[in-house]
Amino acid sequence: MIGTGILKGMAVTLRNFAGSYFEKDRLITVQYPEERNPLPENYRNFPILIYDTDDAEAGLRCVACKICEKECPPQCIYIIKSDDKKPDYMGKPQFYPKVFDIDISVCMSCQICVEVCPFEAIKMDKDFELSKRERFDALLFRKEELSKSNEYYHRIHPVEAAAVDANLAEAAAAAEAKKKAAAAAAAAAAKPTPATSNATTTSAPGSTSAPAKAPPESSSPTASKQ
Amino acid sequence: MSSRFDGELLEVSMGPQHPSTHGVFRMNVALEGEIVRKLKPVFGYLHRNHEKIGENASYLGSMPYTDRLDYFCSMTNNWAYALSVEKLAGIEVPERAEYLRVILAELTRLQNHASFLGFLLSDMGAWGTPLMYAFREREKILDLFESLSGSRMMCDYMRFGGCRVEADADWLGRAKKIVDLFPKFLDEFEQLILQNEIVIARTQNVGKLSADLAINAGISGPMLRASGVNYDIRKVDGYGFYPRFKFRIPLGDHGDTYDRLMMRALEMRESVEILKQALAQIQPGPIVNPKVKIRAFRPPIGEAYGRIEGPKGELGFYLISDGGPNPYRYRVRPPSFINLTVLEDLCLGHTVADVMVILGSVDIVMGEVDR
Repeated sequence: MIGTGILKGMAVTLRNFAGSYFEKDRLITVQYPEERNPLPENYRNFPILIYDTDDAEAGLRCVACKICEKECPPQCIYIIKSDDKKPDYMGKPQFYPKVFDIDISVCMSCQICVEVCPFEAIKMDKDFELSKRERFDALLFRKEELSKSNEYYHRIHPVEAAAVDANLAEAAAAAEAKKKAAAAAAAAAAKPTPATSNATTTSAPGSTSAPAKAPPESSSPTASKQ
Repeated sequence: MSSRFDGELLEVSMGPQHPSTHGVFRMNVALEGEIVRKLKPVFGYLHRNHEKIGENASYLGSMPYTDRLDYFCSMTNNWAYALSVEKLAGIEVPERAEYLRVILAELTRLQNHASFLGFLLSDMGAWGTPLMYAFREREKILDLFESLSGSRMMCDYMRFGGCRVEADADWLGRAKKIVDLFPKFLDEFEQLILQNEIVIARTQNVGKLSADLAINAGISGPMLRASGVNYDIRKVDGYGFYPRFKFRIPLGDHGDTYDRLMMRALEMRESVEILKQALAQIQPGPIVNPKVKIRAFRPPIGEAYGRIEGPKGELGFYLISDGGPNPYRYRVRPPSFINLTVLEDLCLGHTVADVMVILGSVDIVMGEVDR
């Protein structure tokens, strides 16, 4: 009979309408500004720079190696490397970014900068309410706006941040052990030879070469994580 | 039939801002009364140089751009691109990663086909209800994608030689729950539309595509199978782990819009079967080949064509490598663009109102048509 198909369809809509009063999974609308769904752990939005300690300037993990700038597909990162070095959170002298800008209006949140960073310095933020009233450079984030503390990172990505901290601690311990071994080896090498000024100069490169090897060490746990 | 655009034929420009053209698609239609006598598709409004960008970006750098091709199915786009790069460089993929890829591709097929049915119904004038029911289901699958990859639609999940993020047991459990409940939605949706007299009147014998024309025009995917041609790349190529799963290929008989609609409804049931098997078989293990470098990835000199059965049809990437960090040539074979080439043949002799339904049954996304 013509019309039964339509009536059957109407029965479905009626069931959905009535069900919305009783069944929770039929009532799925979230009244956004007042109600919010929790964001998943892996949610990503735009990149941020992580710093350790309380000092956003001194504790910045970024060493201005420019890998992310090179790998960024839409080329939204702009870095100027510093001329001088300053000690990072581990006490090693490192370059730092004099300028670090990310044009958020160009960024496509692909996470490739996070994957290529060997220093765990750039991570993805979860803040998505970024509308601005200015028309021009309000969405060009400078280093000051991008810098976020490690505590903030722990707050937004608790599982990932804990893994990163464990990796960094492991790398620091390995670097420390290597440094000690190198110092011991240098001391052992220095002992048989007479204690002249020559021996102190040979031990000096040995102790500085250990921190120089640290970056590849710290990058290997990251690679295996991905 | 007159081919002149003179007093006898009325030329109407439909689109690019027409709500039923699925984006910025435009058709110049020549009408005799209400009957379509000539139809000229105009596109390129969303052209953004995807292939040229791909030739200037690194191999990995093109991966997030492939999300933006067919933004409904970013997971399958990722897979097609990863597959062609893996072919080019001879990369092995771990078993768990292959299972995850199958699971995500079939979930993508479910949400693409569900939203296809919703859009097609709203093209017929059923504004709101079917589309909202379809999007309610789609949203559950997008929530899965979001909690796995970090983004609902721009997933950027696959990597050469595997996947980016591990899917934990909790995620797999949620996926299983959604897959188990999906047939319930299908039953409800089929009851809502498939016996509806208006749907039948609007779709049966509208926009018939013969098997000969479908093969000659290079049509692929559900549109080809609706015309009765048994060709599914999951069966033909057996890429991924598809040969391990038991599933059937639904085939149409008439090649009209109703068959194309039914094809999606039936394919979703088969996808649910594949998903159930894959979720039961998946074993713990590595998800990415550790030999593949993320930085400074340079495949050997050569060329490769990787293709998969995307939800819309055969999606392929053709890459030529000159040994450098960027592909020498990067070419996309987009299913919805090639399926659109027969639009005029389908629409001739039908009314203007049918043009929208026929266009809806082709299942296009302008991000992929224009690239």
